[in-house]
This record gives sequence, C-alpha cells and structure tokens, in this order.
Amino acid sequence: MTILILLPLLSYLVSAFLLLISKKKSSSSGLIALAGSLIAALCGIFPVVHVLGGQGSLDFMSVWNLPLGSFHLHMDLLSAWFCIPVLFISVLAVCYGIGYMSHYKTQYSVKYNWFFLQLLSGGMYFVLLAWDGILFLMAWEIMSFAAWFLVMFDHKKKEVRRAGWVYLAATHLGTAFLFAMFIIASNESGSFDFNHMAGLSASVNILFILALIGFGSKAGLFGLHVWLPEAHPAAPSHVSGLMSGVMIKAGIYGLIRMVMFMDVWSPWWGWTLIAIGICSGLGGVLYAVVQHDLKQLLAYSSVENIGIICMGFGIGILGLSYGNPAGIIGIAGALLHVLNHSVFKTVLFLSAGSVAHATGTRNIDSMGGLARKMPVTSGIFVIASLSICGLPPFNGFVSEVMIYLSSYKSAIFNSSMNTDLMLAALAVISVLALIGGLAVMCFTKVFGVVFLGESRTDCCQGSEDPPPSMLWPMIILVFCCALLGFGGAGAVQMVIPVAQSVCSSAAYYGGELTAVSKLMGQISILMAAFILFCLLLWALRAYLQKNRTISQGPTWGCGYQHGTGRMQYTGSSYVEPLLYAFRTLFHSKYKAPGGRDILPEESYFSSHTPDLFMKFFYTPLFSFLASFFAKLRIIQNGRLNLYIFYIILTLGGILIWGTL
Amino acid sequence: MPLISLLTALILAPFLRSIINKVKAFFAGKQGPPLLQPYYDLYKLSRKGAVYSSVTSWVFRAGPVVALGTSVTALILMPTARISSLFQFQGDLLLFAYILGLGRFFTIAAAMDTGSSFEGMGASREALYSALAEPGLLLGLGGLGLITRSISLSAMYGGINVDFVLSRGLLPAFLFILVAFFIILLAENSRIPVDDPTTHLELTMIHEVMILDHCGVDLAMIEYAGALKIWLMGLLITGLIVPVFTTSLRGSLALSIVSLFLMAMLIGIIESIMARLKLIRIPRLMAVAFIFAAFWVIWVAG
Amino acid sequence: MMDQVLIAIVLLISIYMLGSSRLGGLVNAVAWQGLFLCLLAASVQKTNMPWHEWVLILLAIVVKALILPLLLKRALRETLVQREVEPQLGYSLSLFIGLLLLVGSIWTVWKLPLPPEIGNPMAVAIALFTLMVGLLLIVARTKAITQTIGYLTMENGIYVLGLTLAVGSPVVIEMGILLDVFVGVLVMGIMIFNINREFDHINTRHFTALKD
Repeated sequence: MTILILLPLLSYLVSAFLLLISKKKSSSSGLIALAGSLIAALCGIFPVVHVLGGQGSLDFMSVWNLPLGSFHLHMDLLSAWFCIPVLFISVLAVCYGIGYMSHYKTQYSVKYNWFFLQLLSGGMYFVLLAWDGILFLMAWEIMSFAAWFLVMFDHKKKEVRRAGWVYLAATHLGTAFLFAMFIIASNESGSFDFNHMAGLSASVNILFILALIGFGSKAGLFGLHVWLPEAHPAAPSHVSGLMSGVMIKAGIYGLIRMVMFMDVWSPWWGWTLIAIGICSGLGGVLYAVVQHDLKQLLAYSSVENIGIICMGFGIGILGLSYGNPAGIIGIAGALLHVLNHSVFKTVLFLSAGSVAHATGTRNIDSMGGLARKMPVTSGIFVIASLSICGLPPFNGFVSEVMIYLSSYKSAIFNSSMNTDLMLAALAVISVLALIGGLAVMCFTKVFGVVFLGESRTDCCQGSEDPPPSMLWPMIILVFCCALLGFGGAGAVQMVIPVAQSVCSSAAYYGGELTAVSKLMGQISILMAAFILFCLLLWALRAYLQKNRTISQGPTWGCGYQHGTGRMQYTGSSYVEPLLYAFRTLFHSKYKAPGGRDILPEESYFSSHTPDLFMKFFYTPLFSFLASFFAKLRIIQNGRLNLYIFYIILTLGGILIWGTL
Repeated sequence: MPLISLLTALILAPFLRSIINKVKAFFAGKQGPPLLQPYYDLYKLSRKGAVYSSVTSWVFRAGPVVALGTSVTALILMPTARISSLFQFQGDLLLFAYILGLGRFFTIAAAMDTGSSFEGMGASREALYSALAEPGLLLGLGGLGLITRSISLSAMYGGINVDFVLSRGLLPAFLFILVAFFIILLAENSRIPVDDPTTHLELTMIHEVMILDHCGVDLAMIEYAGALKIWLMGLLITGLIVPVFTTSLRGSLALSIVSLFLMAMLIGIIESIMARLKLIRIPRLMAVAFIFAAFWVIWVAG
Repeated sequence: MMDQVLIAIVLLISIYMLGSSRLGGLVNAVAWQGLFLCLLAASVQKTNMPWHEWVLILLAIVVKALILPLLLKRALRETLVQREVEPQLGYSLSLFIGLLLLVGSIWTVWKLPLPPEIGNPMAVAIALFTLMVGLLLIVARTKAITQTIGYLTMENGIYVLGLTLAVGSPVVIEMGILLDVFVGVLVMGIMIFNINREFDHINTRHFTALKD
C-alpha cells in the first residue's frame, strides 16, 4: 500500500516526460496527458480511501543524498482529503482541455500546455505528500512554476504576459515568507522533517504570521489576492479551473498543516483568521459582483470563498482555543467547503470557458440569450451557480450551514459565557448572511445577463454547446454538486475523521459532528419534499394549462414597440445600485461623453471598477521599487571589461575576507 | 396541531392582502374591493391561458413553480407562536432563510429571462435589497436563540418565557427586534416604504415589474407565493408577541391569526400615510434594520 | 425596567443622530439625548442620592435640554445655513461605524473591572457609546454647527459616565464640567455666528484653503 502513494507521482512524471519527447504537432499529446492523470487518479484512489477509511497514514522514506532534509512522503488524513480534488479534478480538467485546446493548435504547440499541466497536477500532489520542509518547498516551487508557464501559455497577448508577471511576483513573494517560516521552524525543532516539527511552541506566533502571508498569497486572501483576477482570465479555462479550484487550496492546506504543528492555539489566530476571512469574503464578493469580465468575476468569487473557508477555520480555532466543542464544526465545515468549492468553481470556470470559446469574448455585457443556444451549458451553469451561492439542495449549502452552525452554537451554547467568542460568532453570522445575499446577486447577474434574455451583440450568433468530451467533465462535476448536497450527511461523515485529526486535542468532540450529519439528513428529506412539491406544482400547472390557449409573443415593452437586444439591462446596470450603496468602497470610473446638447451626438457609456489594492498599494509600491532599482543600473552598463573588473573585485574581496 | 396551523396559513394567507387593501381604501375614502378579492383573482388567473415571450426559456416557466415551492417548504419550517412547525431540527432557521433565497434566485432569473430592461431593474433591486436584509434576519434569530438557548425555530418561538424576559429587563430589546423584523418584512414583501405595489411607473417598481410578463397560472402562483411570504415573515414577528398573552396551543393559533390581521392593518396604515423612499435611500433603511437587530442581540448577550 | 427603557431611547436617539440629514433634527436629538441620559443617570443610582446630586441633575437637564439647544437653534436661525448636515462619511457608513462603536464600548465595559456599586453596567456602556458618537459626529460631519453638536453629545456622554461611574463624586467637579460646557458652547455659538458673518458660510471644509 505504501508504494501506491508513489504511483500517482510517477504517473504524472512519466506522462510529462512522454509529452516532452513527443512530436511537436502530435495530435495525441492530450490523450497522453489524459492517460497519465487517469492512471494517477486510479492509483491514488486506493491510498486515499485507505487513509480516509481510518486505517492509518501511509509513509514512504527514501535515501536522500542532498544536504538538509529527506525524501519523506507521508499521507495522513489531511493530505488524503486534499488529494481528492487534486486527483479527481485534474482528470476532468484534462478531459475538458483536449477539446478546449484544439483552437490553439494553429498558433501554439499545445504539448507544452499538457506537459506543464501534468507538472502542475504532480506538483500539487507532491506538495500534499511532502513530509519534509525542503521537499515541501521544492514541490511548492514545481507547482508554482508549472502554473506560471500555464498562465503564460497564450503569451502572444500583452495582457497575458502582464498577468504572468503579476502571478510570478506574487508567488515568489509568498515563497520568500515560506522559506523564512521553514527556517525558523526547523531552528526550533532541529530538523526539517515534519515528524520532528510537531509540537512547536516557542516561535508559534511569528510562524503563524509567516504562514498566513506565505500561504495566504497562494490562497488569495484579500490584500494578497491581486494575482487571481489577473492570472485566471489569462490562462486557458481548464487551467484556470484547476488553479482556482485546486491549486489555491494548497495555500489553505499549508496553513492548516502549519497550525497543526503548533502545540497550543492562541485565540488571536482565530481572531486574525476571522478578520481576514471577513475582509476576503466581503471584498471578494463585492468586487466579483461589479466585474464585467466573466473569468475575472469568477476569480474574485474564489477570493470570497477562500474568505468563507478562513472564517470557518477562524471560528473553529477560536472556539477550540476557548474550549468550545462547536469549534470543530467550523473546521469541518471549512474542510468540506474546500472540497465543495473545488467542485463548483471548476465547473464554473469550465463553462465560462465554453461560453468564452463560443462567443469569442469574455465581456458579460456583450452576451445574452445563450440558454437557448447552449442549453446544456446553461443548465450546468445554473446548478453550479446555485451551489456557489450556498443555496439548498446543493453542496455549497452543506458547508456554509456547518460554518453557520458552528457560529450559532459558539454564541448560544457557550457554557462559560465567553463574550469574545460570542461577538466573533455573531460577526461571522452577519457577514456570512451578507455574503450569501450578495453572491446571489452576483450569480443571478452572470446567469441572467449571459444566458437569459436576448443576445446583446452578434457575438452569440453561431454559439452552440461544446462537444461531448467537453460537456461530460462538467456534467460529472455538476452531478457531484448535487450528490454532495443531497448526500450532505455522508459528506459530513466523511469529513469527521479529518476534522478530528486537525484538532487532535478535540477527538472527543466528534459527537458534535455526528449531530450535524444527522441534521444534514433531515435537510435532505425536506429538500426531497421540496422537489416533490415543485413537481406537483409543475403537474398542476400543466393540468390547468391543458385546454387553454398558450401563445407566444414579444416581451412586453411597457408601451415601447421597438425594443432590441441592446436595450436590455446589462450587467453594469444590474449592479449600479450596489455600486452606489457601497460607493465609499469602490472608486468606480464612469465615462459617458457627449449627449449634453439639445441634439445629442453619438455617445457611449463605460464603467470600470479598479481593484483598490492594486491601485493604491501594489502599483505605487512596485513603481517606487522599479524607480529605486533603476538607479542600480549604473553598475550594469554593458562594458565587458567592467564586468571582468567586478569579478576581480569580488575575488579580491573574498580573498581578503578569507585571510582575515 | 402543526398541520392545522399549516392549513390555516395556506387558506388564510391571501386574506392578509385583502385586509391591507381594505385599510388603504378606507384611508382613501373608498369602499375598496371585496374581502375575498384575492381569492377571486387567484381563481380567475388559474383558469386563464398564457402568452409567453418568445425570448424566454425554461427558467421563466420554472420561476413561479420554484417560488411557490420554496414558500410552502419554508412554511413547513415556520412555527406558529407556541405551535411547533411540521418539520423541525437543530439549525432549521438556516434552511428557512436559504430556501427563501432559492426562491428569490429563480424569481430574479425568471425576470431576467424576459430580456426586458424594466424587469432587469426590478431584479437588480430585489437582489440588492434582499441581500442587505439577510444579515438582520439571521442575526435577529440568533438573538432569539440566545434567549431560549436553542437553534431551531420551533424551540426558539416555543421557548419564549415572558417572566424570564421581564426579569432580565429585555422588554425594550424586543422592541428593537420587532422593528427590525418589520422593516425586513416590508423589504422582502416589497411594501411601502421600500417598494410601492400599486405604483404606475415601471421605472420605480421592484417586485411588480419583475412579474410583468407572467400571466395565467404562473401569475397566480407568484401571487399566492407572495401572500404566503407575508404570512411567513409575519409569523416571525407575531411569534414574539403572542407568548405574552397566551401559552396554550389553541390560543396561540387564534391569537397568531388575529395579530397577523392586525399587522396587515398596520401595513395598510403605513402604506396610506407614508410615501415610498427614494431608491438610493433604501440601503440606509436596511442598515437601520440590521443595526436594530444588532442592538437587540448585543442587549440579549450582555 | 425603567433604565432599560431609557437605554433603548438613548440608543434610538444615537441612531437618529448618525443617520439623519437634518440640522434641526440633530439639535432636537441632542436635547432629548441630554434629558434622557440625565434621567438614566438618576435611575441607575442604587443608593439614595443626596439632595445636591438631584439639584445637579436638574441643573444639567435645564442646561443640556433647554438652554444649549435653544442657543444652537438661535445660531441656526441667524446664520441661515442650509439645513442639511453635509456628511464627510455617508450615513449608512456612519451608522455602521456607530454599531462598531457600540460593540466596542460594551466590550470594554465587559472587560473593565467595574465596582459592584454600579447598578447597570449597560448604562456605563451607553455613556461611553454616547461619547464615541459625539467624537464620530465631530470627525464625520463638516459644518461647524454639527461639530458643536458632536461636542455636546460627547459631553453628554462624559457627564453621564461620571455620574454612573463615580458614585458620590465631588459636586465641585461636576459643576466645573457643566460650566465648562456652557462656556464652550457659548463661545462656539459666537464663533459660528462670527465665522458666518465673515465668510458667508460655516463649512469647516473651507479651512483647507488656509493650508499653505
């Protein structure tokens, strides 16, 4: 069994190697990638099931001749939990990607996309299994770089190159913090091996901050999120699905892993996570609502969901550090939301990719009426939207309810009357409620503007559903949304041991989670009743309409006879009340020239809402740094003899230093 | 008993609308439509054919069905004062809030499906204002949970102990939550001062403009779902008042009905004497509702 | 029971002050707030108050709820300013910050080791909250007259905080506070009047023109 945890890694590597040596114009490159990830997933199922089934962790240690660290792989409950999306979703993403990449074939050599995609999947799997600080950092870099190459795939476009650089800067800054973190941690524990790291106590606070920044930049916490809305639209859709659905979760994994090493949890970590979660959740959803670019919108929505996950962990850590058993529900909810988000966010990106592919644009406001041209895609999209809004009976609801329940229970069944915990829980409840409402606004906007109504421009003319090889991955994922939603009880049962392993001191709190699982069962019963009602009502409706005249006509134009598609409410107008209500938080720019005279000339309207962090923090910071470092160019003036002089200078310096 | 209260709700819900209309007519010095008018309307609509816009898809047809289905399901979860709901479990308040959200999603989507800019306006406002109303609702219920130490709607409303409330000096706090829930009710049901159900200008409507294109059975379902929703949200409020007067189950049912009718009269009075707010002022009103709920919960926690 | 009702009323007045856009309403609100806060301070006293405290409270009511608001009203009338508040921060945002301030003050009171003589810690929290609301009004509104009102609100808070916290504090100090405020508002009233005469407006935003 132990050797089985190596097989997926091997499979990813071998297929990557095969891709590298395959012919440039080879049409089978996608199939090689598919085979590689399929074999990896099939091999990976066994260890994952083994570990999640509670039969102990798997450990692999090999001889390692490099200084520092060891080649130590280990799959425990937490790794196994995060392995599920990695193994499962990479297969579906590749399967979808085969169809999606076909229209890049004329411009690029697609095999490199597959090569780096396999490296990305392998890297993520490697990160989850690495049981040694150095190994972890190596895996982390493989994953990050593979993602960078994937983002840069369409490198002939200027904005793609820009997005790539933003991503590269963000990921490297994050990794720098991780280096510092592992060095400090190994100083205390005396080794990079994770076995020795457990039980950190002296430097936990600084480690927590470093982990939060380092892993948070990968996860896309608000403030460190600026790379997401740049990189996700730039990458091909199956890549952005994999990145947003799975890769950013590696950040969450790292954070939990680090927190698990800590001996005692301080309440202020919980407070920090809740505060950051609130900022991410609200900031993410507010920015998501106002975006015009479909994939940018989804990227911001990932920031929102990471915020929800953070709030879950925050309330969990806070509760457990105060000794409140309800905390474990929050942690379990956050873990389940990791899985759920990876399912529905991937579907959303994939279907966004189909839409962008079919219409040739990502601008929401030029689309419309796709439901009739792409019926299957629209059905997939509406279920994924319901899931991401946390509406019953789909999977987003299950995990959000758990985070809510944890908060309610922390506030209400609070034996020691801990007022701090109560305030935190009440804050989480209010913010989650607001996020939920705004998420509904966000996704009704997308669904309504993109799929419903009439098309606004003629970009939607020839659009149709993608071929089955692209549809089936989405259908499978949507089916998972419904399955994890209806079978919420089972999903909770699955996550119980994982949550218990995260908070080892709280193994006896499992009863809380069993109660939650029972509750999910009751929710499913009621939702089944709801669906029954709907079916009955549908039948009633059909019966009542049976002998009546049902006719078709134009939409009621309120007296105006010549409505066109262009006159529909656009996404921008849909969110205008929100922009006005939160105008202090947005610095929107509007452009509407002309039209003031008696005879208005031709005009247009455009609105743009810049990211405040990008505008007021990162752009000034980096332009300052750029101008500062530009001054250092004096030493690099292109003369060869001067460079050799530098070398001599350095050598001399080292000699002198050595002799001293 | 839960079944009886559920049936009562299903039968009497449209009646609340006729009370509101009667009160408004009284203030306008008119006689007003007969008290059974909403029932006549439902009957008339259900026997009509339908015209569907050629722009619409299945979403438009599913919208009313889902809206009514969610209202009925939410009603199953809602206790009538002391009478517990038909189906209850720990944390059912979340399902209650979110299933109404599901109905809203489909109502909004159905409005967007027509491709009419007016319906888009209504949809956008509905989405925003109900999103802003949500925190107040869930926070207010959390406060109720703090008093009664429970997280199930039935246990919350069944566990209100008047003596306990009086001895802890929580009565003024109840005033806050009543006002907060009432504002939320007005917003969720599109009444004045948030929305004017009788307005003539599509530009300023919210709920009415969203259902411009629905007709026949679909419209009947939407109207009926709307009536149920007033009843539902009304129960959230009257459930806080009724325990003061009675603790028996039968008394709860009777008093709940009476207080719901009184509440409908109050809505009617408000609609007669107030104008609707400017649309850009409504977020401030929702902020006030949230803050009232927050005051209540802090008070209860303290 | 009585003090709970008073607390509720004071809270409502504070919400109104943060969310209202009318100057006249704001002046009325500060008057009512003074009245109810003084009543609250009187009602939370556990022990029988000595007579001079009663006199003091009566005096405070007269000054806070009658004289000062009348002065402000006069200033309002005479300067003929636009009867709108002109917020620096939006109303909803002010309301929301007000909520955070309330949570903050209650949290502080929970954490503070209060002497057991204090009848109702909530009253202390409300006093603290009123103080904060006053500060918020000063920060978040532009007109000189709103700043005066903010100042008054703040003083209301300080006064009640003193009355609820310091059981049996020396009369002289409280008289001093009262006198201080009285003079302060008088000076501000004259100032507002004069600023208005000199510059035709009482908007402090224009002070930025003075920077170099």
